[in-house]
Amino acid sequence: MIITRKVEFSASHVCRRPEFTDEENRQLYGPAANPNGHGHNYVVEVGLEGQPDPVTGMVLDLKELKGILNREIVAPYDHRFLNYEAAPFDRVVPTAENLAREIWRRLEPHLCGERGRLYSVRLYETPDLFVDYFGEQPCSA
Amino acid sequence: MFRVTRRYAFAASHRLHSAQLSEEENRRIYGKCNNPYGHGHNYAIEVSACGPIDDATGLAARIPVLDDLVKREVLTPFDHRDLNLDTGAFCNGVPTTENLAFEIGRRLKRNWSAAFPGEWPKLDKIRIAETERNIFELRADEIE
Repeated sequence: MIITRKVEFSASHVCRRPEFTDEENRQLYGPAANPNGHGHNYVVEVGLEGQPDPVTGMVLDLKELKGILNREIVAPYDHRFLNYEAAPFDRVVPTAENLAREIWRRLEPHLCGERGRLYSVRLYETPDLFVDYFGEQPCSA
Repeated sequence: MFRVTRRYAFAASHRLHSAQLSEEENRRIYGKCNNPYGHGHNYAIEVSACGPIDDATGLAARIPVLDDLVKREVLTPFDHRDLNLDTGAFCNGVPTTENLAFEIGRRLKRNWSAAFPGEWPKLDKIRIAETERNIFELRADEIE
């Protein structure tokens, strides 16, 4: 079965590559390329795949999961400017895709046991734009 | 592999009525959706593209390109229109949201490679909410 836990953080970012022109940046990233940045209320849904423990009836203690998500996602990102304050986004463009992948990388070492293996990271940049990342596996198409 | 999903909205009216059924059968099958003057919905569509990330840009799908495609093929023709009378898509069919999903899917699939000429991203699925309670989802491989 898959269980999902949701966390939110608010942060600012800007999506642009210094080696591209303003016009190229705008074509790639749209208004997210505006140089001074902007912010979002990000929402992250973390999916875990596993079987409930026969004694506790739980895949993973959600208190424990909450602690991991707070430490790995909320603490480094909440109320930060990602490009300036959260590595590797000083070098890597903080697109929704890169952010989802970085969150996956941060979580996976803590969620790779027999119970509660990391299954998916869904990152909402806004309610109208979200990215699903399942690790390095092919998608359904 | 990433799946990037973008949500769009449009408002349109429709009437569910099949020329292949009698008046009585239409009323029985479609109920209030068969009311002669039609009715409307705030449709919400989610369009999902999937593919690997381009490490140079950090993107799996270029959102401005997807926005242009959906605006041209779906929002401009359907928003604030009557699906039966204004769109040409349902002259012979019934604009149920099942059929609307296939119509939107065909429009996106037909124009996808012009918008995204490379191997990736691919159209992955579309999901249409007619109301918050009625939701229809199509995988790209179900669209002819």
